[in-house]
Amino acid sequence: MDHQSVTEPLLDAHLVAGRGAFHLDVHLHIDVGEVVALLGPNGAGKTTALRALAGLDPLAAGHLTLAGVDLDRPDHRRWTPPERRPIGVVFQDYLLFPHLSTLDNVAFGPRRRGADRRTARAHAHTWLTRVGLAEQARRRPRQLSGGQAQRVALARALAVDPTLLLLDEPLAALDARTRLDTRAELQRHLGDHRGATLLVTHDPLDALVLADRLVIIEHGRVVQEGDAATITAQPRTDYVARLVGLNLHRGHGDGHSVRVGDLTLTAADRVDGDAFVAFAPSAVALHATRPDGSPRNTWPAVIVGVQRHGDNLRVQLGGPVTAAADITPAAAAHLRLAPGQAVWAAVKAAETRAYPVG
Amino acid sequence: MPVTDTTEAAVPAPRRRRAGNRRVPTALLVPALLGLTFLVLPLLGLLARAPWTTLPQRLTEPGVLTALRLSLQTATLATLVCVTLGVPLAWLLARAEFPGRRLVRALVTVPLVLPPVVGGVALLLVFGRRGLLGEWLDTTFGLTLPFTTTGVVLAEAFVAMPFLVIAVEGALRGADTRYEEAAATLGAGRWTTFTHVTLPLVVPGIAAGAVLCWARALGEFGATITFAGNYPGRTQTMPLAVYLALETDLQAAIVLSLVLLTVSVAILAGLRDRWITSP
Amino acid sequence: MTARWTRTALAGMTALTLGVAACGGSSDPACPAPGGSAGITGPLTVFAAASLTETFTRLGRDFEAANPGSTVTFSFAGSSALATQINEGAPADVFASASPANMKAVTDAGNAVDAPTVFARNQLVIAVPKGNPKQVNGLADLTGPGVKVAICAAQVPCGAAARKALDAATLTLTPVTLEQDVKGALSKVKLGEVDAALVYRTDAKAAASDVDGVEFPESAGTINDYPIVALKDAGNPTGARAFVAYVRSDRGRAVLTTAGFQAAGS
Repeated sequence: MDHQSVTEPLLDAHLVAGRGAFHLDVHLHIDVGEVVALLGPNGAGKTTALRALAGLDPLAAGHLTLAGVDLDRPDHRRWTPPERRPIGVVFQDYLLFPHLSTLDNVAFGPRRRGADRRTARAHAHTWLTRVGLAEQARRRPRQLSGGQAQRVALARALAVDPTLLLLDEPLAALDARTRLDTRAELQRHLGDHRGATLLVTHDPLDALVLADRLVIIEHGRVVQEGDAATITAQPRTDYVARLVGLNLHRGHGDGHSVRVGDLTLTAADRVDGDAFVAFAPSAVALHATRPDGSPRNTWPAVIVGVQRHGDNLRVQLGGPVTAAADITPAAAAHLRLAPGQAVWAAVKAAETRAYPVG
Repeated sequence: MPVTDTTEAAVPAPRRRRAGNRRVPTALLVPALLGLTFLVLPLLGLLARAPWTTLPQRLTEPGVLTALRLSLQTATLATLVCVTLGVPLAWLLARAEFPGRRLVRALVTVPLVLPPVVGGVALLLVFGRRGLLGEWLDTTFGLTLPFTTTGVVLAEAFVAMPFLVIAVEGALRGADTRYEEAAATLGAGRWTTFTHVTLPLVVPGIAAGAVLCWARALGEFGATITFAGNYPGRTQTMPLAVYLALETDLQAAIVLSLVLLTVSVAILAGLRDRWITSP
Repeated sequence: MTARWTRTALAGMTALTLGVAACGGSSDPACPAPGGSAGITGPLTVFAAASLTETFTRLGRDFEAANPGSTVTFSFAGSSALATQINEGAPADVFASASPANMKAVTDAGNAVDAPTVFARNQLVIAVPKGNPKQVNGLADLTGPGVKVAICAAQVPCGAAARKALDAATLTLTPVTLEQDVKGALSKVKLGEVDAALVYRTDAKAAASDVDGVEFPESAGTINDYPIVALKDAGNPTGARAFVAYVRSDRGRAVLTTAGFQAAGS
């Protein structure tokens, strides 16, 4: 999906907030129908941003404009309380009201926004049907499974037809199997949502599957922004690299050669000046002795740790550059891996990407 | 996509064990049983000395039922007063930030510390015929509170209110405020949030507080006799009747106490399971 | 419950003091002969009616001064409560009651050493706020409209006496409250909550700074006898006898009459 920002974005926000030593300063723009994932490690400021958007905490500076209306603009002394913002929130552990039935949970929003009881319930019923939970309408939240509760929370947030939908770690509380199904369903509902959607998550898979665009923040600042393809191909911080499962190093490029510390790596791309080099763990091969043949991109390394990674093993390497290598159990058996053991690492130049830092 | 979802590692969530097969540690069991014995023994004393043969005849004496009815009525009304005023007060203490909050909380517990008779005198000094407010109430509305059933309710509410406020404040502090935030994002203002979300969430706490409050009001003696006096049918509650019976007839006092105990225990035990458990 | 608690507390207290007391009985050579006005030592516990609080406190101090080495401890409460406590085993040496009925409960249970003697009499007056704003001059004035009256409950001596006086005057009085004891009735007058209360003359006198006592003729039929007796289980029988004798002495009668009691003819 391409979003030309010819017209004003639906959400235009410069979020400045802080608590104690932590300081958030983030620009966010989301177009109509766009799903943006706000991705970052714990403590990066995701929750602070979400709370500021929802109106649960005020901004210290900056602005929050939704559909042309200033909801929070401290320098103009404008602040709209959460109950009057056209914003729906799906909370991390859903926060379904335990004393209300599933139906009344979903009807809560419409009811508060002026619908009479009958209309609100009919509307809620429509939404429950849409998320496939019409039969659970009379149940209390604690009688629902995790996946069902997530869908009710989504229905509750969407039932007020929010201009901006905020999702806080919507799948984090689910077990692996449920997450897979729920993610697919969530994707469908987000596709139908006509407003803007901001998905706050630390799970890269959720972000990549559900979002059109990723905004990655660390320490309260945006460190990288773009579509999934760009970010997965060209991570710009260690965090993003780990997130997308790539080894990332920063060095100095000179044609196809990039110098990283004492090591010179040959890349597929040409780059001059400050540059990133990235390669996938699966592209790293390990050898007990110095490999013959291709002399490029080999270096002596020390095994730091080994862990399971899907069907393979992920080997953490120390040495002139730190890197992760994915190898098959068969290869591992052959190498007799143990921490502290010296090995030779090799990466083909064709699988090594280089791109400028600037 | 070059991303593997490592967080989905198949670690099953640890199942919670039912606490059924756990043994109770002796270090807890012994003092627990001692405590129970200590509480129940005086009750057994009353039962042992009760005049069982004359019991039916004593129970049907007109004064007994009158005092019992008055006690139940006033204790219930006092509890309603405490809930009406105490829940908002508890909310203020638990949720609002204001200077002197700790002092206010300390003041709320004053009736707990004050000897009830002193509480009764204090009430007279405020609501009495020459009291700070009482004089004005009398001259303006012709309203006098001492020696009236309303006075009994007032005295009981004064003494019992802290029980409710403390219980509800505890419940409010224990309640997850994020539910209130969720309600706000769904369009609920502060008052609607309070009535539709906060209040239902702390219903068990309110019920527990109301039960304590009611029990305290039912047993109230000192403040009642001081502020409201003692007049059968109007201000003579069961504890007052018991006390006066003690003057002449120990056995009558025991019978009255047993009636009070039986009724209150029956009501409290009946409520407990239905109300005090969470929704 | 209160009685039980008091009993326990007193038992502890007495157990403590008994160990110190040297006089176990009159045959002890270290102890003075009974009846002597001097030489009484050791602790002495006196259970006395609440209406005797002021006079007995005074008499106790005088007794201690006259008998160096003796200490008098009082427990003031309603006579019936005290009688119940004594019969339930509370350790006391002397019992001074505000009514013969409560004394009878103690003697019937065999807890007195000998027959009780009446040492004082009291009678009812109408206590009114200082200056008598409602112009109460007799019992009949209490039945007027807008006059709030407190009397004691019929179960306590002052209440029984009030009933008797009202019956003698053939008056029907609806009080606003039936107080548990005479002090309760009096305090309602002091606080201005009632316009009048029927209390003992001694109580009105003790509160003379706040209330006036109005005498009325029907009170003659309400004269209340105060009996006193040494108790059988006394830890200090010598002291107990000496104290009873002291209360009945000229000195004791002087203190009692000053307080508004009528001295009982001996």
